[in-house]
Amino acid sequence: MIIGTIVDGIVIDHIPAGRAMDLYRDLGLEKLECEVAVIKNASSGKYGKKDILKINEVIDLNYDMLGYIDPHITVNIIRGGERMEKIHPHLPETITGVIRCKNPRCITSIEQELPHIFRLTDREHGVYRCLYCDTKGGKR
Amino acid sequence: MKRDLIDITDLTVEEIDELIAKAEDIIEHPDAYREKCRYKKLATLFYEPSTRTRLSFEAAMYELGGQVLGFHEAQSSSAMKGESVADTARTVSCFADIIAMRHPKEGAPLVASMKATVPVINAGDGGHHHPTQTLTDLLTIKREKGRLDTLVVGCCGDLKFGRTVHSLIGAMARYANVRFVLISPEELRVPESVRTDLLDKQGIDYVETTSLEDAMPQLDILYMTRVQRERFFNEDDYVRLKDSYILTPDKLRTAKWDLSILHPLPRVNEISTAIDDDPRACYFRQVLCGKFIRMALILKLLEVE
Repeated sequence: MIIGTIVDGIVIDHIPAGRAMDLYRDLGLEKLECEVAVIKNASSGKYGKKDILKINEVIDLNYDMLGYIDPHITVNIIRGGERMEKIHPHLPETITGVIRCKNPRCITSIEQELPHIFRLTDREHGVYRCLYCDTKGGKR
Repeated sequence: MKRDLIDITDLTVEEIDELIAKAEDIIEHPDAYREKCRYKKLATLFYEPSTRTRLSFEAAMYELGGQVLGFHEAQSSSAMKGESVADTARTVSCFADIIAMRHPKEGAPLVASMKATVPVINAGDGGHHHPTQTLTDLLTIKREKGRLDTLVVGCCGDLKFGRTVHSLIGAMARYANVRFVLISPEELRVPESVRTDLLDKQGIDYVETTSLEDAMPQLDILYMTRVQRERFFNEDDYVRLKDSYILTPDKLRTAKWDLSILHPLPRVNEISTAIDDDPRACYFRQVLCGKFIRMALILKLLEVE
């Protein structure tokens, strides 16, 4: 399978197998005019299988979301056909607007304009809890 | 920078000890504090009913020489028109020097504190936090036992929705040699977040049991709670669980002679009135402690010496 080389763009690599389409939607890539390649189940020496996203344009990415989905994801910034930067998103201390609190007793359940903010309470297990009510965030 | 009290862990152990010491000084020398908050105003924003908490806040401010304004139900506020908690907090900041807020939704006082320009005290947010009840409990335990460390604390009843229990565990876990015995029906066990993030993480000694009788002989403190109808979405679940634990003189037969029985009140039937005259029953002395500790807290947050 051959996918064209990127001259100026982004390669999001080491996405857990099966999660590329979720990420595609969460990052809003469907709104882009440029070419976007979704590669599923690529072979990986480290993980067995992985997904990859190739974006034929350098765009602003939500690194907090990438870190939340999987801190093993890598982001390669390509310029002039060369990899100029390799970024390892980390588990952010807080994430805003990525997951929604599902606790019906939380203030966010009645005040629609409040941002849904989650804070990292257990780095080892990647546990996030709602800033307002401490409810655990859903699975990544 | 203004200070708020949303969760009991917003205060260090040293600050809690200072508040307790201040409250005890107020008890000893009430006249010295009668004018401390003259010309200051407390706003009590209560979006759900309360007797003790609201009245003790109001009594506390009056005894400090201050004044009180506010509302006692959401229906008599602009919340009925759809005003957000944040907007209400900003508005009330223009009229009052400090806010005490009770709200049925968890996190509402935190939202208020983010927008208010005056200190915000969480007077209870749903089944979440109730830090001034915890301060009340700590002052009561200190006065009854003379210490806050080296105690076996039994918490009994609704440990799932009982916010006073969660806050008390959070506060007492910071003192040395405190062991918890958590007594509840299976459906009303303490939430997973309290077990994993608080007890397990800090290596606190605790056991969970369904038997009040088995736990009784080892307890220094018995903290009884009510199964709260307002926390249930399903009436059948409430009816099934409401009478799980009722403390009677018979059940106290195996208790220590110096056991202290606390209850955040109101009670329904979980403590028999036959126990009220037992010297081990502290719950009405606990109510009085609530006023004094709130006086100490108001002084601290208003930075009044």
